[in-house]
Amino acid sequence: MTRHLQLTEQGRLKHFLTIEGLDRELLTEILDTAESFVGMSEHQVKKVPLLRGKTIVNLFFENSTRTRTTFELAATRLSADVLNMDIARSATSKGESLLDTIRNLEAMQVDMFVVRHALSGAAHFIAQQVAPHISVINAGDGQHAHPTQAMLDMFTIRQHKKQFEGLKVAIVGDILHSRVARSQILALNALGVAEVRVIAPKTLLPAQVKTMGVTPIHDMDEGLADVDVVIMLRLQKERMNSAFLPSESEFFRCFGLTEAKLQRAKPDAIVMHPGPINRGVEIASSVADGPQSVILQQVSNGVAVRMAIMSMTMRSGGTA
Amino acid sequence: MTKIRIDHGRIVDPANGIDAVGSLYIADGKIVAVGEALADFDAEQTIDATGQVVCPGFVDLSVRLREPGQTQKGNIQSETRAALAAGVTSLCLPPDTKPCIDTPAVVEYIKDKAEQAGYAQVYSIGALTQRLDGNELSAMFALKQAGCIAVGNASAPLGNLLILRRAMEYASSHDLLLMFRANEASLSGKGCAHEGAVASRYGLPGIPEAAESIALAQCLELAELTGCRVHFSQISCKQSVIKIQQAKKYGLNVTADVAIHQLHLTENDIEPFDSNYHVMPPLRGTIDRQYLREALANGTIDAICSDHQPHDLDAKLGAFPETESGVAALETLVPLGLALTDQHRIGLAQVIAGLTCNPARILGLAAGTLAVGASADICVLDPALVWRVERPSWRSAGCNTPYWGRDLTGRVTYTLQGGRIAYRLQDISAVNRV
Repeated sequence: MTRHLQLTEQGRLKHFLTIEGLDRELLTEILDTAESFVGMSEHQVKKVPLLRGKTIVNLFFENSTRTRTTFELAATRLSADVLNMDIARSATSKGESLLDTIRNLEAMQVDMFVVRHALSGAAHFIAQQVAPHISVINAGDGQHAHPTQAMLDMFTIRQHKKQFEGLKVAIVGDILHSRVARSQILALNALGVAEVRVIAPKTLLPAQVKTMGVTPIHDMDEGLADVDVVIMLRLQKERMNSAFLPSESEFFRCFGLTEAKLQRAKPDAIVMHPGPINRGVEIASSVADGPQSVILQQVSNGVAVRMAIMSMTMRSGGTA
Repeated sequence: MTKIRIDHGRIVDPANGIDAVGSLYIADGKIVAVGEALADFDAEQTIDATGQVVCPGFVDLSVRLREPGQTQKGNIQSETRAALAAGVTSLCLPPDTKPCIDTPAVVEYIKDKAEQAGYAQVYSIGALTQRLDGNELSAMFALKQAGCIAVGNASAPLGNLLILRRAMEYASSHDLLLMFRANEASLSGKGCAHEGAVASRYGLPGIPEAAESIALAQCLELAELTGCRVHFSQISCKQSVIKIQQAKKYGLNVTADVAIHQLHLTENDIEPFDSNYHVMPPLRGTIDRQYLREALANGTIDAICSDHQPHDLDAKLGAFPETESGVAALETLVPLGLALTDQHRIGLAQVIAGLTCNPARILGLAAGTLAVGASADICVLDPALVWRVERPSWRSAGCNTPYWGRDLTGRVTYTLQGGRIAYRLQDISAVNRV
């Protein structure tokens, strides 16, 4: 059903809600398309007319300046008109108003919704409700998925490692609450890496994490051994107050990425983080700013990858 | 009153160990003979039940009627009418109405409304604590006098174990059955799905099985301490089954039921984010379902209920975690019950016992039997009738079921209540026979 919902009958992207159900070819097509947009930011005219005349609404029920900005930039570079809607979650405590918001915007003849919402499944729900010509892009829903982030991470990995075969990837930190990790795991496995490890205490791992196609490890030295890619996740401060962890310093001691721990990985391993980083909580500054860090490249790749996904979904739309 | 004869049906009456083809004779609202031909019986009405099953009307241990308080979802009239179409002649209403059933006035209101509607017999379950807030005991004696058949916590948590202990002592002082939905709120939290592979994958807040089995184990300990008779409502997982099995073996006077959907669906059936699969307790794993089925077969689980919870459209419209839980389940009870016999080696008599004499015994009702002299609450069902779950034949105000639009096999053709034909499947084409 997920596959059916986000793909057209011809198998092209209609919505972009989750990595689940997307095959390697399609993911590779996204990466290749993004490649073609990468050089563009160095051009004098940073725009292509692919989405001229289209209206894109950034519908953010949850605050995020960074993600929204890259979506806005991506849309602008595709020559689309962009409308930003920051809707505090408190104003829409009920599904009815979520639906009403959508209906109202729909009535204004928009072509695409970029949605971020605090609840898992919100983007699916919206995709099921919108008029057939509208595409929905999931910019993060609850703890479920953040597929554009995962794709820009795949793009960054490919830039450095050229191919996915044989790679060992470690994802470290709060997997349980991370939509980024869920999407990364699906993408990495679809693209054919050798192994995905998740490193965290049991309190921060989903109950049936093994069924997600990963190896759970509770020790950094063991988990980082010989990996090609280390992905650190942001640790939300509120996890300290609800008995997931004893303290930030304890977490840093066990799972924080330091230069010493990074020694366990391959010498050419890259260090990634979806941002914003908590220095001294999940990652030491010397690593975040060090030679193996590609954190800022992830950010710049975000625009090209989102341009690729936006143009691909609109291309498959009935009116594109 | 009318004399009715039901001919040629397969009479299945587990209360009396009967499973044979024959006729059933009804006069003056009561069953007057079973099987053997009765001389001088001038039937004013006859029902040809050839190829059909004739059994006692069902006794459903959990049916939300949504009245008082949530009539946008359904009301006493609409849902008791749906109950008759499902073969349910007696039903228990959990106390979480709005206001909840914690005063005799609410019990009276429900009784009046149900009598006016004139469909299925409604038995109110009184709230175990005032406002169901888990802190102060309700006026259980007054509730019992007003007609409550038991007391229960619906799905509301108790403030602490001492309150549960006192409530159980007090309930048992008045010989009231406690119908307990086991749920340790600190473990279930804001969960909306079984803490298994599917919730892990979809990032849905999970509810571990232990949230149920820990609360159930605590209640079992207190049942021994207090002598309170406890019925566990809608158990969902392996550990609950094991604990009830042990308790029964040990000799505790406890019983349990399971919601019909738990015997069929698991977390793996959840279409991504389809709120019709949002139920409490959540759909569990395949091992849990296996334990529940075996527990039904071996008698550890005594009864099957519909756990009917009709909803308005808005309640199910939204992102999965924010939608309301529950299935409108009355009218799929028969086909899903029959499917257990076809696919899972549970005898028809056993399924019918779980819907009739067993729940009646738990409640102490003289229902769920075709004994001579019993009130003629009877269900006639066609086990081979294929029909589609859709309007217009659907009677409940709620259409929230994962089976919507699907073809199911088995349907009630007649329901008799107190010797009167209270429901008749009028026109088979009208039920979308496929």
